[in-house]
Amino acid sequence: MTRYLRYLVPLLLFGLLAALLLRGLSLDPKLVPSPLIGKPMPAFSLSRLEDPSRTLSDSDLRGKVSILNVWATWCVSCRAEHEVLLQLARTGKVNLFGLDYKDERSSAQRWLSRLGNPYSANGFDEDGRVGINWGVYGTPETFIMDRKGIIRHKHIGPLTPEVVDKEILPLIASLEAESK
Amino acid sequence: MKKLLTLLLLCLLFGNTALQATTTLESYRFSDKQDEQRFKSLVSQLRCLVCQNESLADSDAELAHDLRQEVYEMMLAGKTNKQVTDFLVQRYGDFVLYNPPMKPSTWLIWFGPFVVLVIAVLLLFRSLRRQRAVTQQAISDEERKRLQQALQQSTGKDAQS
Repeated sequence: MTRYLRYLVPLLLFGLLAALLLRGLSLDPKLVPSPLIGKPMPAFSLSRLEDPSRTLSDSDLRGKVSILNVWATWCVSCRAEHEVLLQLARTGKVNLFGLDYKDERSSAQRWLSRLGNPYSANGFDEDGRVGINWGVYGTPETFIMDRKGIIRHKHIGPLTPEVVDKEILPLIASLEAESK
Repeated sequence: MKKLLTLLLLCLLFGNTALQATTTLESYRFSDKQDEQRFKSLVSQLRCLVCQNESLADSDAELAHDLRQEVYEMMLAGKTNKQVTDFLVQRYGDFVLYNPPMKPSTWLIWFGPFVVLVIAVLLLFRSLRRQRAVTQQAISDEERKRLQQALQQSTGKDAQS
């Protein structure tokens, strides 16, 4: 038995190391897990992109399952994501809000009128301060909040039809089903 | 003349970039020299999340610029290093720290190498002790006689050939 052990133990250790490295291959270092998940969403109050005289604040997102999508006109992958957001809005199952991050108001307004507006409302985060409070480090990012305003999920990078069908919509359905 | 001109141009080019690299941090003004040092060491211990192998001090990314400004303003408001790093960790996670904090999920990083070292030393001692045990074992008279015979036989054969 001990004779086999001296071959078995190194083999086992090697196997463990290989498994560890293999796992590392499939991880994306660009995806940094957010410490805000499971915490109440950070408070904010911003002028609306569509109408500077009105404000959008975290209280507008409370009381329902909501999505906050962080985007900007200078962000290339946001352009690719926009079509997916329009489709998501068309399902009528979501309360989609936007955070226009470090952008120019006029170009962002033009973007929405030209490409279509999937958002119920947009907060205009000109200096990116609200973005910092939400731990935004790259656009696009998408947060999903439950009825109580707790952040339940964060998707980093553009939403794709696949992500929407497999992650976003099922999660929203389960959050809607949670007790009111 | 031409050579001199290119040299001058090169000097301008490189001199300029070197200057730019240093001015990014110098543009933050502190009344106190100590605060300035504290700011510099603090931002060089924080990671930029966009270009992950650069610190906030080195990075030229937009976000790094914003976060430097944030750190600067917090320092001016009299916040301690701990308060500043806590602020960033709450938003971006431990990943912003170049030094991982000591907690159960990071024990492997902190103690793993020492555990491996202890195991290696134990294995070394064990194999050394075993070697000594083997060399100390004396052979019996019977064995010695057979050994000599074998040696004589082999030398005898060598002589014949």
